[in-house]
Amino acid sequence: MLTLTVNGQAKQVDVDNDTPLLWVIREHLQMTGTKFGCGAGLCGACTVHLDGVAVRSCQTSAKDAAGKKITTIEGLGGNHPLQVAWVAEQVPQCGYCQSGQIMQAASLLAKNPDPTKQEIVDHMDGNLCRCMTYGRIQKAIIRAAADMRAKSGS
Amino acid sequence: MTHIPDLRRRSFLIGGTAAGLACGYVAVDGISTALAANNFGPTAWYSIGPDGIVTVMVGKAEMGQHVSSAMCQIVAEELEADWNKMRIQLPDNDPKYNDPVLGALITGGSWSVRMNFDAMSRAGAAGRITLIDAGAAMLGVPAGECRASNSQVIHSKTGKKVSYAKIVADGKANKVWTADELKAIKLKTPDQYVLVGQAVPQLDIPSKTNGTAKFGIDVSVPGMLYGKPVTPPVRYGATVTGVDESEAKKVKGYVKAVTLDDKTQTTSGWVVAVATTYEGAKKAADALKVTYNNGPNAKVSDRTLIDEAKKLQADASSGQLFVSAGDPAKAIEGAAKTFEAEYLTSINIHAPLEPMNATAFEKDGVWHIHTGNQFASRTGGIAAGALGVDPKNVVLHQYFMGGGFGRRLDADMVIPAVLASKAVGKPVKLIYGRDNDMTMDFTRPLTYQKVKAGLDGDGKLVGLQHDVVSAWPTARWGIPAFLNDSVDKKGKLDGFTVNGADFWYTVPNHKVRAILNELAQKATPSGQLRSVAPGWTFWAVESMVDELAHAAGKDPLDYRLAMLDGAGDNAGGAKKLANALRTAAGRAGYGSTALPKNSGIGIACVSSQERATATWTACAAQVEVNPADGSFKVKRLSLAMDLGTVVNPDGARAQIEGSALWGMSLALFEKAPLESGALQVSNFDGYTPMRMSQMPDLDISIIANNDPPSGCGEPGVTVVAPAIANAIFNAVGARVRSLPITAEAVKAAMKA
Repeated sequence: MLTLTVNGQAKQVDVDNDTPLLWVIREHLQMTGTKFGCGAGLCGACTVHLDGVAVRSCQTSAKDAAGKKITTIEGLGGNHPLQVAWVAEQVPQCGYCQSGQIMQAASLLAKNPDPTKQEIVDHMDGNLCRCMTYGRIQKAIIRAAADMRAKSGS
Repeated sequence: MTHIPDLRRRSFLIGGTAAGLACGYVAVDGISTALAANNFGPTAWYSIGPDGIVTVMVGKAEMGQHVSSAMCQIVAEELEADWNKMRIQLPDNDPKYNDPVLGALITGGSWSVRMNFDAMSRAGAAGRITLIDAGAAMLGVPAGECRASNSQVIHSKTGKKVSYAKIVADGKANKVWTADELKAIKLKTPDQYVLVGQAVPQLDIPSKTNGTAKFGIDVSVPGMLYGKPVTPPVRYGATVTGVDESEAKKVKGYVKAVTLDDKTQTTSGWVVAVATTYEGAKKAADALKVTYNNGPNAKVSDRTLIDEAKKLQADASSGQLFVSAGDPAKAIEGAAKTFEAEYLTSINIHAPLEPMNATAFEKDGVWHIHTGNQFASRTGGIAAGALGVDPKNVVLHQYFMGGGFGRRLDADMVIPAVLASKAVGKPVKLIYGRDNDMTMDFTRPLTYQKVKAGLDGDGKLVGLQHDVVSAWPTARWGIPAFLNDSVDKKGKLDGFTVNGADFWYTVPNHKVRAILNELAQKATPSGQLRSVAPGWTFWAVESMVDELAHAAGKDPLDYRLAMLDGAGDNAGGAKKLANALRTAAGRAGYGSTALPKNSGIGIACVSSQERATATWTACAAQVEVNPADGSFKVKRLSLAMDLGTVVNPDGARAQIEGSALWGMSLALFEKAPLESGALQVSNFDGYTPMRMSQMPDLDISIIANNDPPSGCGEPGVTVVAPAIANAIFNAVGARVRSLPITAEAVKAAMKA
């Protein structure tokens, strides 16, 4: 038994230590917003936060996640400025990668409130979008960053 | 030359035996009951609840094209419904929701909006008419003095109004319309549209930003086990000779290994590891020691496929004619100048980000399969064939798709799910690993094209022979309605390998031959990859036309416009294509902008997808080449597309953006090599679609008018590769005729 803290809630899971966090979240905990794309850390669809840092949950063992704060797309609240911007810019097509894209972007804005286009590209380049919505992802991140700065008065 | 398949009452073959395509169907609890009493449903396509919510049954597969939202928008236009009241429901494989033109549950070809616009409009209008009648009676006024707007019936003179919700809640609207009554409805004219043409927010988007959108892979049913395929070391033709479970048995939760006996012959040599968890199934799959007879295709490679294609092309008796006009051989013989070239495209895979998956179980004699699928009518039949049950007892439950691109037209994912579930007697959730998904893709086939052309003394193209050799993806389906009659009466051909070669240029003597590469057909079962044939036919045609222009000493834009004269059969289309071409060229500054050294702008124009469903599409690409090593950068793509009636301009724009980048990704970054009968790609390190850092500037022009709506999900894919190749030629004089375009090929062509 491992205890995981997911979106602020303690969860007991009966899994082997080496079970990828991805499958614990998706199948054992039935929080399916986090997606399986490649199982090798190459696409970013499974991105979640561990103590605020974006990680690939398919490459993170349940044991390593225990004791840390795990945040998934469900834990972002639904009205995070990035989620609002994602709707405003009409970003998703198939939508399958977008949980991972949003989680990856959230970790950027948490440390850099005013990223340049190049900083966005550098931060997001590991997240594959097979529908190739990259242009809209960039616009949405810029919009959300501006929105967050306006709200914080900076 | 081209035709639209009619799939009503047709059959198809499963492993040599015929099965019904439009299957019988057993009604199950769920959707049918959800639409029950108290709701108003003037047709099968939607119902309105007592709360005024309009739930549209979308028979089209939603894979990111926002087609489900577009269907709602068309209904809402004639229904005069409040956009905020519209909801999407994806029905299961009930033939009631068959495409009104195609006669089956199938999504592809950039056909959906074009083919459903009329039916959805009539359905919407039927509801409005009924609601106005009922609402007028409730208001005590003549229906003729009422109008509908924003989900309300309004009496114009007095301003009295009643909401659709109230009318439905009071049970006053209950007319169900007959087909003849629907046909008799007079629809709006475009000047009356209030929603069509507006960029209303797509209904499927919010759920895709908060993790609540349900894809097939998100399904969970009580008591389910998990399955992970073990796929063989060749793409097709292997058989399993032994399964050693000794190591797998040590895995916690391991249940069993199921060797598939696939009577539909969709898969060959597959084993499914079943366990109580997916991580257990994955570990067990890795631990199973499966031995194979690799079968007859174990030595096939890209090289052998190309050699075979060249041999077939050289044989005058090969293939069937798709186009035959005049006498090109004679015209070429008498030409002032002749031209020959070979064009190649590599094998490509779909690699949608959601790996193939399906969850299957049997309950009370009915098989339930939960998955996202583009061709539910056939896939249900394939599942029935694999199980040996009556197709009417197979229900496919539909979900959003994490990418389709044609991959989910196929049915392979349901086979390991149903056969594993049958073997263990419990529900099985089956998920491909990324390796299974890539190595077992139904690929865009490798294509080899040979053109032979003759120009007269003025440089005009007077004769063209165009041979297209490939596997035939659609023939593999075994559905005769999908095949074309050849013009030389040599039997059926797969039009989805040559569409586009019947272009809108006026060429007096023109033959197009479709040749099946049997070796490829057997070794690499091919599929429909976004844009299908026009993705390769226009690669050849639009590269060739550019080469001919240069050979004739003419500007490639002028040369194309001269051939787009709209003569004879080309009336009605050629001039629209010319307009799109001028628009893209103009937007790009073609001929007017001074370019840096080693830079060039190349143009191309296409009439993808089929001649009968053409979308007038053009692209101008600007590239910069490094002559030292042949590497190049695509700086900007300018696309222009004439879409006729545009239902949602932002949705159309999104599709053009994605399809243009797909075209560039296929042209530059994607290749699935075949060696020893196996696709040599297993994850996104080896198969590398475009990343954000590789994106060029995009400039998109939508030409909208009152023509019928045309499709915009695929044509953009087809126009980009030749535009880039033509730009490279304009930049440094290097002509590349093989996709994907590599720096090495550019460098080699510069020397040549």
